[in-house]
Amino acid sequence: MRSEPVVQVEGLVKRYGKKTSKTAVDGLRLVAQAGVTAVLGPNGAGKTTTVEICEGYRRPDSGTVRVLGLDPFREGPALRPRIGVMLQSGGVYSGARADEMLRHVARLHAHPLDVDALIERLGLGSCGRTTYRRLSGGQQQRLALAMAIVGRPELVFLDEPTAGLDPQARHATWDLVRDLRSDGVSVILTTHHMDEAETLADDVAIIDAGRVIVQGSPEELCRGGAENTLRFSGRPGLDCGSLLKALPADCTAAEMAPGSYRVTGKVDPQLLATVTTWCAQHGVMPEKISVERHTLEDVFLELTGKELRS
Amino acid sequence: MSAGSGTYAPKPGAAPLPRMIAAQAALETRMLLRNGEQLLLTVVIPTLLLVLFSAVDIVDTGEGEAVDFLAPGILALAVLSTAFTGQAIATGFERRYGVLKRLASSPLPRWGLMAAKTASVLVTEVLQIVLLTVIAFALGWSPHGNPFSVLLLLVLGTAAFSGLGLLMAGTLKAEATLAAANLVFILLLVGGGVIVPLDKFPDAARAVLGLLPIAALSDGLRDVLQHGAGVPWRELGILAVWAVAGLSAAAKLFRWE
Repeated sequence: MRSEPVVQVEGLVKRYGKKTSKTAVDGLRLVAQAGVTAVLGPNGAGKTTTVEICEGYRRPDSGTVRVLGLDPFREGPALRPRIGVMLQSGGVYSGARADEMLRHVARLHAHPLDVDALIERLGLGSCGRTTYRRLSGGQQQRLALAMAIVGRPELVFLDEPTAGLDPQARHATWDLVRDLRSDGVSVILTTHHMDEAETLADDVAIIDAGRVIVQGSPEELCRGGAENTLRFSGRPGLDCGSLLKALPADCTAAEMAPGSYRVTGKVDPQLLATVTTWCAQHGVMPEKISVERHTLEDVFLELTGKELRS
Repeated sequence: MSAGSGTYAPKPGAAPLPRMIAAQAALETRMLLRNGEQLLLTVVIPTLLLVLFSAVDIVDTGEGEAVDFLAPGILALAVLSTAFTGQAIATGFERRYGVLKRLASSPLPRWGLMAAKTASVLVTEVLQIVLLTVIAFALGWSPHGNPFSVLLLLVLGTAAFSGLGLLMAGTLKAEATLAAANLVFILLLVGGGVIVPLDKFPDAARAVLGLLPIAALSDGLRDVLQHGAGVPWRELGILAVWAVAGLSAAAKLFRWE
């Protein structure tokens, strides 16, 4: 793995429209290391704008952007052969067949992947002579993914790669992303699926209102986002005050419903041992004991709020 | 292709430029030949007009054989249909469907894409001209004149129509381009001296219509092929002005998304 970041964005600002001057990206900082980086955010948060600036499609109003050490807007010709781009939709001649378009993109590169093997791998062989406009949404998505990686890039941008895919196709896409990662290809992924980010990403950046509001590994974000919770069942009317005394200072303990108890705090093996020891001392058999971890989705909603976006 | 086998290990690089442009031109030509509406426009309509108006005396084409008047006009129409109408519609929808956007992030540079489009237009025109020439000969066509003048007219006409077609495709919505490009095709077919001689129009209208690129191309081709003129400077001049104006406006105003 290289030490230099694959994407380095500092103080990025992008406004749209001359009159309204809507600020899409507002002083954004994002550093992505080699590996898989997921960019999350509500609709209109500035994800696609940021990614498209990295791909060289748009010129920033201010700030610096380096992708593989290059300025995507000024050094596009040097950068483009080294990156792969999967657009959210489209990008293919409506009258082209899947294999024809993929072979074409392969021809634009010096050392492309074996097209037949890639078609096989992504299940595009069944498209046959069907032209792009008549392919299913899932087939169109997989073709776009194949087009992004066929040139053997160092860095791939995937914009919502599994939107609208069935579970089989989603897992096939995830497997491919894992293989890319293990072969040393870096991936920048935007997604609305928290489980996708949790399962694939080394690093997650959550964007809201044009800024990165938090960045870290999924584990770090889930740990740091909120307190964790331990639940157990026992006979009703246990003395929670006594339990609380046994616990570390910042914990809480309460009977939520008769016989249903909740302990919050930093849930680690020590805390679990403390709770079960207390139960043993009080002749309580803790049933249905469970540790609830906050999911990335909890963290996401907590940080970006629950109101609907554009 | 399995995990960790190194199948996907990065090995980036652009293909050699000539290979990229050739591949792009071949793909664009295949897309055009596969598209039924495009073939109607570029092959069926010119062929039908040539055969119909040569065989049936609908329009008074002046002295001599009808085909000697019609064939140059139909060749001009073929150039119009491919370089302007067909290219405008195809490019408009490529822009709409993100094809231009996707290709912009590929190793193929923009000028390479434009070169490929031009090559695809020229290949299509050669196919059209061969077909129409064979049919015209079968109908008794006897052309004269300097082949270099003919070539020069066709090239400048292609440049003029390409500029205007790309200008339209790069500034209007795809649906608007589709409607407008077809409308312009019909208007120029009727009012551009293709099958109806310009001298059928009133003098004032004729003076204006004569400045249209289609009129310059069809009259220029007719001067050479029907009347054996040497170099039709006036028509070449008109086409050159349209080419420079259209291509520079397209270069300035074309929006890729």
